[in-house]
Amino acid sequence: MKFALFLGCTIPARLTQYESSSRAVLANLGVELIDIKEFNCCGYPLRNIDFKASILASARNIALAEKENLPILILCKCGFGTLKHADHILKEDPSLRNEINTILKKEGLEYNKGVAIRHLLSVLYHDIGSDAIQEKVTRPFKDLKIATHYGCHALRPSEITQFDDPVNPTLFDNLVALTGAESIYWEKRLDCCGAPLTGVNDDLSMDLTEKKIVNAKQSGADFLCDACSYCHIQFDTVQSMINNTKRNNNLLPAILYPQLLGLSMGIDGKTLGLTENTIDITSIEGRLSE
Amino acid sequence: MFYSISLYISLAIFIGGLIYKIYTWLSHKIGVDSKDIPISRRLSSALKGIVLTIFSSKILTLINVFFLDIIFQRKVFNEDFFRWLTHILIYVAFMLLLFMHALDKFITSAIFPNYSATLNPFLFLRDFFGALVIIGVCMAIYRRFILRPPRLKTNPMDTYAIIILAVIMFSGIILEGTKIGSYSIYKSMVTDYAGLEEGEEEFKALTAFWVDKFGIVSPDLKAPFEATLLKEGKELHEMSCSGCHSRPQWAFIGYPVAKAFKSAALGLDKGGIHTLLWYIHFLACFIGLAYLPFSKFLHIITSPLSLLANSVMDKKGSDPANIATRQALELDACTHCGACTSRCSVGIIVEQRDNVNILPSEKIQSIKGMVASKKQPHERERRLILEGTYLCTNCHRCTDVCPAGINLEDLWFNVREDMLKADSPEFSVLSPLSFYRGLMRETIPTGEYTRPVLKAREAIAAPCDLMRVPDTVVTLTPANKELQGSLLLSDQAATFSACFGCQTCTNACPVVAAYENPKEVLGMLPHQIMYAAGLGIKDLAFGSQMLWDCCTCYQCQEQCPQGVHVTDILYELKNLAIKNVESNVRSLSG
Repeated sequence: MKFALFLGCTIPARLTQYESSSRAVLANLGVELIDIKEFNCCGYPLRNIDFKASILASARNIALAEKENLPILILCKCGFGTLKHADHILKEDPSLRNEINTILKKEGLEYNKGVAIRHLLSVLYHDIGSDAIQEKVTRPFKDLKIATHYGCHALRPSEITQFDDPVNPTLFDNLVALTGAESIYWEKRLDCCGAPLTGVNDDLSMDLTEKKIVNAKQSGADFLCDACSYCHIQFDTVQSMINNTKRNNNLLPAILYPQLLGLSMGIDGKTLGLTENTIDITSIEGRLSE
Repeated sequence: MFYSISLYISLAIFIGGLIYKIYTWLSHKIGVDSKDIPISRRLSSALKGIVLTIFSSKILTLINVFFLDIIFQRKVFNEDFFRWLTHILIYVAFMLLLFMHALDKFITSAIFPNYSATLNPFLFLRDFFGALVIIGVCMAIYRRFILRPPRLKTNPMDTYAIIILAVIMFSGIILEGTKIGSYSIYKSMVTDYAGLEEGEEEFKALTAFWVDKFGIVSPDLKAPFEATLLKEGKELHEMSCSGCHSRPQWAFIGYPVAKAFKSAALGLDKGGIHTLLWYIHFLACFIGLAYLPFSKFLHIITSPLSLLANSVMDKKGSDPANIATRQALELDACTHCGACTSRCSVGIIVEQRDNVNILPSEKIQSIKGMVASKKQPHERERRLILEGTYLCTNCHRCTDVCPAGINLEDLWFNVREDMLKADSPEFSVLSPLSFYRGLMRETIPTGEYTRPVLKAREAIAAPCDLMRVPDTVVTLTPANKELQGSLLLSDQAATFSACFGCQTCTNACPVVAAYENPKEVLGMLPHQIMYAAGLGIKDLAFGSQMLWDCCTCYQCQEQCPQGVHVTDILYELKNLAIKNVESNVRSLSG
C-alpha cells in the first residue's frame, strides 16, 4: 500500500509528533509513504478570503500527486475537507478547472482526473482494516476511557467528504476500541473544536473548546482523542492557554490517535513524541497492560 | 600608477561602504522588536554578545556551522544539488583564483618561493579554476534565464552580479589568449630572460620554435620551418625559457583562444589589445570590489554572519537589542536566491492574487526597501507588503531552507505586527491564517492583539447601511439578481433560493448557541443571511458579524432539509464582502 503523505503547514512547524507517530504506526502496518516536497498549503486558510486562490493551492497538491500517480494520505482534517471540496469542484466545474490548469501548466502540472484523497483514519479503518491492526496491538490499554473528537471537516459536508455517517459515525470509535480503550459516548463529540476562530474571535473559540472539554470530562473521559492538526493544537496548546488564564485546573489531556495506537502496538513513547504535547499525556503509559 | 590609484580608490569605497553597512545594521529599526533601542545599546549588546558567545560552549556550534553551513553549504546541498554545485563552483573556484592569482604577490609567492604565473601548476590551475567559475556562471545563467523555476524572480541586482562575474572571467581569458599569441610580449620576455634581440640569428631560431610549438604569431616568421632551426630553437628554449615557463598549452582555455584569434593576432597586438583587456580585467575586479557592499555580493560577509548569529540566538533567550541588529543584518544577507520562494507554502497563489510580496524572496526585498528609505511607503505599496506578510501559513519552510540562515518567520511576524498597527484594515486577519497569531497572543500586547480584527470587521460592516440602522424599511422590490450573479459557484449560487426559512441551520449552529442574545452579537443569523442573499440585499448579507464568527463546522449545511449549501455560501459571501470593501479602500488610497 503506497500513499503520498500530505503533511501541510502546521504539522512540520508545530506538531511534529503527529508526523512521527503516524509514520511509526503506518510503517508498522506496512504502508509505504512517499514524500512530495513540492506540496504546498492545502488551501484551507485561504477559503475565507479568496476562493480561487484556495482552489488553486488545493489543485496544485492534487496535480502533484496525480503526476506521481499516488493517492494522497492526509493527517489533518481541515486539509482533508479542503482537498475533497476542491476535488469535487474541479470535477464539477470544467471552466474553473481549465482556468486553474492554465496556471498549473506553467510548471508542468495538470489536474486531470484527480487522485484518491484519504484521511489517516479512513486508511487505517478501510484500507488496512481492523483485523490487521488488531494483530499488531500487543499491549492493549486497560481501564482507559477515551472521548473521540470526530472533527467537522472530515464529517461534513458528508456528500463530499464521504468519511462516515455524519449523524452517527462509528469509524473513530471502532479504531479506538482496537487499542483496548473504551470509547465513551458524549453529546458534543461531533461539535466544532473552536480552532477556526482562534485569532479571529478567541473568546468564542475558547468557549467552544471549553464546552467540549467540560462535556467530555462529565461523560467520564480520561483523555480526548483526535486526529487533526488544528483540533489537536486547539485541545492541547489552546486548552492550556485557557487553563492559564482561568486557572481552573480542569484539564482533559488530548492525545493524537496514532500516539494512542502506537502505544498499544508497543512503540516507544519517544518515537511517538509523547512529551512534545503541551499538556502532559505521559500518564497514559500507565494504562497499558503488561 | 593608474592601477594603484584605482585599487586604492576601490578599496576605500569598499571599506567606507562596509562601515556604512555596519552602521545601518546597528541603526535600522525593523518592526515592533526594535523600537526605542538606541544605537549605543545595540553596539554594546552586540559586542558583549559576540564576546560571551565566543568564550562559551556555543563556540562549538559556531565551528560546526562554519564548516557545514558556510564552507560546505549544507542547506543548499540538501535542497537542490544543481544549485549547490553552481554555487560551490563559483565561490570555491573564485576564492582560489583570488588567493592564487589576484593576490599572488602576497599569498602564492609567500607560500611558494619559486612561484611564477607562467609555471605549472599555477599556469594550469589558473585556467582550471577559471573554467570552474565559468561553468558555474553558465549554470547560474541557465537556471535563471532558461530553466526558470516557477516564481523565481530575477531583479537587476541578480543580473548585475552575473554580468560583473562574466566580465571579470571573460576579460581574463581573452587577455590570457591574446598574451599567449602576442609577439610584442614574447619579444620583451626574450630580451629580459634570454638576452636576445630581434635580428639576431638565435632570436630567429627561438622564435621559430615558439611559433611552431607555442602559438606565437610572428610578423615575419611562418611555418613550416627547417628541422635544424627548430632544433636550435628548442635548445635555446630549454636553456632560457622552460625553467620558468611551462608549455602555454597548459593554459587549456587561453591557448585555444590564442589559436582562435591567430589570424587577427598581429593586428590586435599592434593595437595593444592586451593592455586594453588588462584594464578591463582589473577595473572590473575593482568595480566589483567597490560596489560589493552595495550589491548582493555583500552576502560573502553577511550570510556567514547571519548563519552564525542564528545558530546561537533565539527569540526567547536573546537580548532584544541583538535581535534587532540581527534582523537588520539579515536584510543584507539575502542573496535573492529564491530558495524560500521555491518552497513557500502559499507561493502558488501569487498567480491568482497579483501581489509579489506573497513570495518570501520578494517580500524581504520590499521590507529592505521600506526599512532603508526613511519615508513611509505609498499606501498602496504598504498594503501590498502587509498583505504579503499576512498571506503566510507560518509553516517555517522559508526559514528552514534559507542558505543564509535568515530567520524569515520571525521577520515576517515582527514586520506584520508593526504594519497591523496602521489605520487601514487588513482583511486576511479574518481567516484561519490568524491561527498562528492566536497561538502567539501572549507575546502581543492585548490592545494591539485585538485591534486588527476589530478594524477589519468594522471596515467591512461600515458601508452596510441597512445593518447599521436596524429600523430601515426594506423596500418591496423584485429580488436583486446582482448578488446571485456574482457568486462564483454555479452549483451553490442557486441553492439559497430554495431556503424557506425553517431556521434549521440557525438551530444547528454552535456559534448561535454560544450566545444568549445571538442577534445582538452576530447581526444576522444563518437563515436570515440565506434569505437576504436570496433577495439580493447586499448590506444584510455582507454586514453581519455572523460571517466572520462562522466556525465553518458545516452543521447548518449538513442539516438543511432543502439542500442549501449554507456554509459554502457563507464562505462565498465572505469573499465578496472583502472584495466589496477592498475596492473601496483601494480607490480611496489610489
